[in-house]
Amino acid sequence: MVYLSFHTWNPVEGLSSMQFVGFENYALSLTDPTLWQTLWNTLVMAVLSGVPQHLIALPLAYFLIMMAARMRHWLTTAYFLPYITSTVSVSMIFYVMFSKDSGIINAILAYLADAGWSSWLFGGLSSVLPLGWVQENGLIRYSVSFVVWWKYVGFNTVIYTAGLATINHDLYEAATIDGANSWQRFRHISLPLLKPFIFFGVTLTIIGNMNLFDEPYVLTVGGQFAQTAGKTISNYLYQIAWEWLDMGSAAAVSWILFIIIGIFTSVYFWFFGRQGLGGE
Amino acid sequence: MTHAQATFIVNLYHKAGKGIRNVILLLFVLITIFPFIWSAILATHDRTTMFSGGIDFNIGDKLTQNYQDLLKIMDFWSGMANSFSIAFVGTAVSLVFCSMAGYALATFKFKGKNAIFGIMIASMMIPPVLTLIPYYMVISTLGLANTHLAVWLPFTINPFGIFLIRQYVVASVPKDLLEASKLDGASELRIYWNIVLPLLRPGLATLAIVQFVFLWNNFLQPLVVLNSPDKMVITQMLRSVQGVPNTPWGAVMLGTTISILPLIALYMFASRQMISGLTSGAVK
Repeated sequence: MVYLSFHTWNPVEGLSSMQFVGFENYALSLTDPTLWQTLWNTLVMAVLSGVPQHLIALPLAYFLIMMAARMRHWLTTAYFLPYITSTVSVSMIFYVMFSKDSGIINAILAYLADAGWSSWLFGGLSSVLPLGWVQENGLIRYSVSFVVWWKYVGFNTVIYTAGLATINHDLYEAATIDGANSWQRFRHISLPLLKPFIFFGVTLTIIGNMNLFDEPYVLTVGGQFAQTAGKTISNYLYQIAWEWLDMGSAAAVSWILFIIIGIFTSVYFWFFGRQGLGGE
Repeated sequence: MTHAQATFIVNLYHKAGKGIRNVILLLFVLITIFPFIWSAILATHDRTTMFSGGIDFNIGDKLTQNYQDLLKIMDFWSGMANSFSIAFVGTAVSLVFCSMAGYALATFKFKGKNAIFGIMIASMMIPPVLTLIPYYMVISTLGLANTHLAVWLPFTINPFGIFLIRQYVVASVPKDLLEASKLDGASELRIYWNIVLPLLRPGLATLAIVQFVFLWNNFLQPLVVLNSPDKMVITQMLRSVQGVPNTPWGAVMLGTTISILPLIALYMFASRQMISGLTSGAVK
């Protein structure tokens, strides 16, 4: 791919059409505003969907671990369901739910804005409804992030439940005898002992979110809607390589992305790796 | 305040806490499964009832019509069959490759073993999108473009799978047993097939589930290499109808719901195994 990134190549014409262009692909890519825009979009959506994933999953797992085993099994099964179903299928379902004129999300909001008991809170919405959740640039990041959050929050909950299950129960009992309330038990026993699991979960989230492709691709109909805000770097890479058939530039973009992800993960491992991996 | 009163208040406080906790947990179940239920409901409606506005949780009467529309807009069952054959064959082959590699890495001593293992683990950190162009180049150079082989073969040698199997071999195949069989004159292949594989059954089951789910849900690689409609997998077909003018959404939701069902069935059947399998990296 290093070799390719210094060339122009159109895959339709075969390997013989490769031409050496030196650093031109890199120069073009690095000065391409869309590249930086999509990189920024990726980061924003990674944070918007990633942070709430863990903030919700942790307390949820803490609640879950206190349930009876049978009940816990059923709840876990339900929470895990989005994770195993295909991203394309769930994005299709959400695409319909987000629909401007007939989507259930706008319908529920319209109901809440009209109904007497809730209009004091939602009444302000009636002037802006119906909202184009996946058509308007201002909203699309939130819509995509919500779907990503919805898909992976259960997975993280299950990881944390597994982590909490490994914690010795005597610790909690000792803390209770010492007068610690449930928040203090969570803060001073569960959280420190969960560190390796948090590290694992957050690492997976970072890697996954930097690669976001399916959800924005389906929700924006391959980038037809909301050209600027809903496109991730992966979507852009796909577009350069397979829609514009400019493999050389795509390879250069891949290398730029590789270096950026490399820097991110090194910084992350540098700061949290030692604690997370349970080393010195 | 008497002691009884204090106990009463403390109990009430605990009960309220438990109640709130249960409400949160159940609310979250609702958030999780609602989209699935909603797509199943929409599968029984057509455009006119969907666009009538308002919220309608009733089951419509357009199921058969939606089914006919679904067959009209896409070759639904051929997509399902393609997805199924790719997931099934890919899973079976990857069980063979990963178990062989995992077994070899766990028991044999050879030069460069640690290097191979290190490179393998490091490769798990590389984001899949970055490998897309090399993947495509290899596939087109080998002349595998637009074949199903291209969609499953590269993923049968899976670092995660090899790592998983290696851990299982270390944990559950006694070294003495292997030596004893060798003394009895069993060939390496025979030891692998008759002794190691049966002992690895739980690990293989976990890997099978992980691979099947991955191959069934995969979208990006088929999107890149499969371009003739009769080869397309179901995820690709569902997504492609977004471009159809006046999309019959009821029919599409029916298709989406059916495409999810095999996985839900598998999940209900093996949920314990599956959850532990898919999160096994987390538990040391």
